[in-house]
Amino acid sequence: MKTKNMTYKDASAEALLIAMEKDEEVFLIGEGVDNVGGIFGQVLPAYKKFGPSRMIDAPISENGLTGFCIGAALGGMRPVLIHQRNDFMLLAMDQMFNQAAELRYASGGRHKVPLTILSFVARRPGEGVTHSHSLQSIFAHFPGIKVGMPASAADAKGMLLRAIFDDDPVIILEHRHNPLYEQTGQVPEGYYETPLTAKIARRGKHLTVVTVSITLLDAMKARDELVQQGIFLEIIDLRWLRPIDVNPIVQSIRKTGRLLVVDTGWKSCSISSEIVALIAERAHGYLKSAPRRITLPDAPCPASQYLEPLYHPNPEMIVQTVEEMVGKN
Amino acid sequence: MKKLYYEMLRIRMVEEKLTEWYNAGLIKAPVHLSIGQEAVAVGVMAALKPQDKIVSTHRCHAHYLAKGGDLKKMMAEILGKATGCCKGKGGTMHLFDGEVGHIVSVPLVAASIPIAVGLALAAKMKGEDKIAVAFFGDGAVEEGIFWESINFASVHHLPVLFVCENNLYATHSHILQRQPSENIAARVNPHYINARRINNGNNVLQVMKVAKAKVELVRKGQPCFIEACTYRLREHWGVGEDWHLGYRSREEGEKWMEKSPLKQLEKVLIKRIGASKLQSEIIKIEDTIRVEIDEAEKFAFNSPPPPKEDLLSEVG
Repeated sequence: MKTKNMTYKDASAEALLIAMEKDEEVFLIGEGVDNVGGIFGQVLPAYKKFGPSRMIDAPISENGLTGFCIGAALGGMRPVLIHQRNDFMLLAMDQMFNQAAELRYASGGRHKVPLTILSFVARRPGEGVTHSHSLQSIFAHFPGIKVGMPASAADAKGMLLRAIFDDDPVIILEHRHNPLYEQTGQVPEGYYETPLTAKIARRGKHLTVVTVSITLLDAMKARDELVQQGIFLEIIDLRWLRPIDVNPIVQSIRKTGRLLVVDTGWKSCSISSEIVALIAERAHGYLKSAPRRITLPDAPCPASQYLEPLYHPNPEMIVQTVEEMVGKN
Repeated sequence: MKKLYYEMLRIRMVEEKLTEWYNAGLIKAPVHLSIGQEAVAVGVMAALKPQDKIVSTHRCHAHYLAKGGDLKKMMAEILGKATGCCKGKGGTMHLFDGEVGHIVSVPLVAASIPIAVGLALAAKMKGEDKIAVAFFGDGAVEEGIFWESINFASVHHLPVLFVCENNLYATHSHILQRQPSENIAARVNPHYINARRINNGNNVLQVMKVAKAKVELVRKGQPCFIEACTYRLREHWGVGEDWHLGYRSREEGEKWMEKSPLKQLEKVLIKRIGASKLQSEIIKIEDTIRVEIDEAEKFAFNSPPPPKEDLLSEVG
């Protein structure tokens, strides 16, 4: 497959453009999709080509917008709803989960809701408590809706295309923090979809690190450092939180016997809890040590530039935890 | 006019059959009956074309039937059978029949209103000659999503008709405990929605007349709102009367019983064709409906329950 080097952001922008070229039923809707900012510039390529007839700048009505998209989907369209931050999706919980996620089931399979909700996790000093959430775990709680978090440029494109052409609702949470958002990678040209599977990002043998979203980059850095000590991490980029692809994690644990989960969200009742529980159920006998988790601390995100950097997982935390787990300290 | 009478009587007789079922313990679900409110569903539906789409609420039986929903599939659904319109997974509060344009019923208050707006958006984007109609109660206008919906419909000139069945009570709370006035249309009009209040929403001819006028505007891209004042004669959910609860008086109810949709239309028909001719017509109509109900009941009773595998099918 021919590839080209492009950023995560541009790869996602290309997915939107390709989807709209491929199917005239695809349209974008969201607060500010057609204004000068163009959602961090991400929708501008599509906007330049298709203009306002298929890019609807919406009023600030998150729950309503979700309902309009469900109706449009039932009317034969394939809407892509964009929220500039995933924090705002909390205003749309009813339509996302009471309606979009459950309508196929409640209709005995007669209805399908091909709705994509694209949103972003932000992370920057000053964003504070309501602009830095990483809410994937609550979204992944509900049956009937898929949840994905791309951690590479290739997946930013492939997962979004997979979402748009899925006949059920899908939430894609991109991560806007650099280095990921502006990071370049090899991206296949043209149309392709990322399968609903986890990805083994690096082979290793001493310990399995399951990463969610941008924590993949932290784990890669930690791996480089640990290699110096002769410790080889196997890194699995989860990619999809629902459906969760547990088999590669089980296979990996059989080999390494050690599990560390790194997540951009909180710890309690979360995707990291879920992975540890699944491994307890499916691979308990292979574990050589207790699983560990690195997540956000159990507090809202501080705005202060002095505190905010202490809040998120980083490569040093991973290195230290791995050393403790393999008994180096 | 005979068709309007037939449609309203059919709803009434189906719900009386459901009352029998409920009292016999056959319905394992909270049913929300439309008895007393039939004129709104029937009057509005008489103004629509078959391709037009509707959405409804937990109190959806009347809309389902008036839009042409299949009675057999409805009765099977209410009994949780595999042959139901939603294979038994939706139940009494999720009745819908997409084949006749009843797209969804959603029991969370106001939650189906934006779906109608989205259906109208899709019709507009695809250039289809279809409108969407949202039915809801007076309590729904207390939800933010109602105002989000009329705002968006207004900005984008969507072909959508909002139909509010103002029956004065949200469960047991009177509208004046919840809203600043009984008149909802007056508060909708400033949103550039063409809104009209029908004080006698139990008069099916009046509802139909207003609906026809509004539907004509809606087809041209002017979203409209009809507030039809009506009254629920049974309890909020369940099949009995609830005067004993004390949140509303029997006297108030009796006034509305006198103004019930069937009685009002009967008065008009008596003037037209005379009492004795009407009586014999009604008997004929009742017989026809009874045959249909008997067949549907037999179908529903004889239908199999969903297979166990259905528990986990169609999740997505």
